[in-house]
Amino acid sequence: MSMTTETHRDDLASKTGMWLFLFTEMLLFGGLFVVYSVYRYRNSLAFHLAAHELNVFIGTVNTIILLISSSTIAMSITAIQKQNKKLALLLLGVTISLGLAFLVNKYFEWGEHIKEHIYPGSPVLALRGQGDVLFYGLYFFMTGLHALHIIIGLVFMGIVTAKVSRNKISHDNYVLLENSGLYWHLVDLIWIFLFPLFYLIT
Amino acid sequence: MSMQKDIAEISYLDFKGKYKGIFSWIFSTDHKRIALLYLYSILTFFVIGATLGLLMKFELIAPGKTIMDAQTYNAFFTLHGIIMIFAVVIPGLPAVFGNFLLPIMIGAKDVAFPRINLFSWYLYVTGVSLVLISQFAGQGPPDTGWTFYAPYSFRTSGTMLPAVFGAFVLGFSSILTGLNFLVTIHRMRAPGMTWLKMPLFPWTLYATGWVQLLATPIIGITLLMIVAERTLHIGFFDPTLGGDPLLYQHLFWTYSHPAVYIMILPAMGAISEIITTFSHKTIFGYRFMVASVLAIAFVGYFVWGHHMFTSGMSGTALYTFSLLTFLVAIPSAIKVFNWISTMHQGSIDLQTPFYWAMAFIFVFMVGGFSGLILGSLAANVHLHNTHFVVAHFHFIVFGGTGFAFFGAMHYWFPKITGKMYDTRWANIGLVLFFIGFITLYGPMFYLGFKGMPRRYYDYDEVFHAGNIISTMGSWVLYSGLAIIIINLFASLRSGTIAPSDPWGGKTLEWTIPSPPPVENFEEIPIITKGPYDYK
Repeated sequence: MSMTTETHRDDLASKTGMWLFLFTEMLLFGGLFVVYSVYRYRNSLAFHLAAHELNVFIGTVNTIILLISSSTIAMSITAIQKQNKKLALLLLGVTISLGLAFLVNKYFEWGEHIKEHIYPGSPVLALRGQGDVLFYGLYFFMTGLHALHIIIGLVFMGIVTAKVSRNKISHDNYVLLENSGLYWHLVDLIWIFLFPLFYLIT
Repeated sequence: MSMQKDIAEISYLDFKGKYKGIFSWIFSTDHKRIALLYLYSILTFFVIGATLGLLMKFELIAPGKTIMDAQTYNAFFTLHGIIMIFAVVIPGLPAVFGNFLLPIMIGAKDVAFPRINLFSWYLYVTGVSLVLISQFAGQGPPDTGWTFYAPYSFRTSGTMLPAVFGAFVLGFSSILTGLNFLVTIHRMRAPGMTWLKMPLFPWTLYATGWVQLLATPIIGITLLMIVAERTLHIGFFDPTLGGDPLLYQHLFWTYSHPAVYIMILPAMGAISEIITTFSHKTIFGYRFMVASVLAIAFVGYFVWGHHMFTSGMSGTALYTFSLLTFLVAIPSAIKVFNWISTMHQGSIDLQTPFYWAMAFIFVFMVGGFSGLILGSLAANVHLHNTHFVVAHFHFIVFGGTGFAFFGAMHYWFPKITGKMYDTRWANIGLVLFFIGFITLYGPMFYLGFKGMPRRYYDYDEVFHAGNIISTMGSWVLYSGLAIIIINLFASLRSGTIAPSDPWGGKTLEWTIPSPPPVENFEEIPIITKGPYDYK
């Protein structure tokens, strides 16, 4: 157990810390899921009708994009373990591009709603009744918060990519990549719940 | 090798690192220096919060306007609440004594993530700054109370956004501290220190860490919803848009009740350490102590509804929450019995920290019993939102956490600073503090029972006598506080040098020099015995 503060490294501790942090993220969204359930219960008809207006096609595409990106980042970890830096960088690049593609889709999706004057605080939306106000309020807030997490994840992956290319992350020291992967999987997982809640359950 | 030996011997206070002057503190990742950063910031905000309280009590010395009008009074109790809850008692014991002592007590050189530890202090400072900005920016200070109840919190013209976001940032800081401690305890215990060989203070920090981790995100998202409500008019809690203000109360208390256990659990841990050390006897019922800590943390999640007995809930929910509230009293009582049993047949050394522990047990019991009165449904309807609640709350949070904080301060002061303090002045301060405390909050039970509502700057003439006594108590309390703080600061200069183990304690922090060396242990100890080995 001889160690100094400078050289001390404990990958398991880092990963434990990341898992604990993911708990807090889940609870953060958990609060929103509770709010969603309460209002869905109280406005089931309005939620049912409003859900039909969302673009299931874009939603499905985005789900597939996130699922593939989760697998590419997982593969990049394996690539690093096998000391294949080039492949790891390529896979990280693919993951980042997929994340960006998700955001682009989201941008067009949101843009479409806003063009129809459907956004929180919009007078047109207010006329449609409280159920719609709540559905779209929750939709914009929850997918918005999720998009913010995508952006944070992309920043992490940008940092990780830079570190891989400068050999700061390598086959014997890749916990940062693993933790970014865990974070990305969480972002993916939350979407797996958001997608049916808003698009599919009607 | 000789270089390494020097580092092992030099005290953390004298260590010259990469940075000079103040930067050697605010850029330090040493858990001991971060603890002192927290100590000084928390002490500053505590004095600010206490001064606000003093002024509020002065306003209440007579009916009608004395020194401030209604709006100022509202702003004062809001700021007093936000500062005292989010910036003082929640981080209090974990961030100061937890940071300083957790690694030492489990035989580690630092916490698991030293840089995140420092980052959490920066978040803390940012959060408090945001709260303070809200006082001076915009159309006037927040006036909602620290609970930010909807829908008033997004209707008031007060500057809510920085205050609410500040509380959110403080929550994030608290999460990171808890996360750090959890990983530290899981990964960095000295060889041989099994879970049941761990001292009780780390155990309480462990339970607290879980509460911080699993409860704080709920308030985080709730506060974000308030922010979104104010800026985007989403309608989460706004009845005109279909939202439900009651849902806000549920979410708020889902965190804010467990938060009470973030405050009280480490306090119980510190008290356990003090009582064992000064009784020179193994803690009575160690396993029960551990189990009761975990039980309090667990059951504490399921009692939030007792803040809302008069808000409108189904009968089933009311009975369930009331029953669960009574259940929490059981592990708390186990702790009190075990503390008393520890003293039984011990060879008690009457020192200042022990007096603090005794005072703690007394006020904690008064606070706990009054909590049971509030937890029973019928009594609650009568007492809800009266000064009885204020009294109960301050007996638990100020009496519990506050007394334990000062007890811990006097217990670990020699270890932290390397100096002994003046015992006579410390005791005088404690006596004044205690008398002032009882005089200040005692009458509030009576006033509340008689029907005096809380959060008003004015009151009916029939409540006058009790309020005069209470206000006079606040002066005594404040003088006691001043004596305690001045005495400790004076002792920093003039105190005698502290030995490594001034009290005859058995936990690991007493085996290393006072103040501890930079890396705590020259060699990581190997643990073979339980934490309180007094045989």
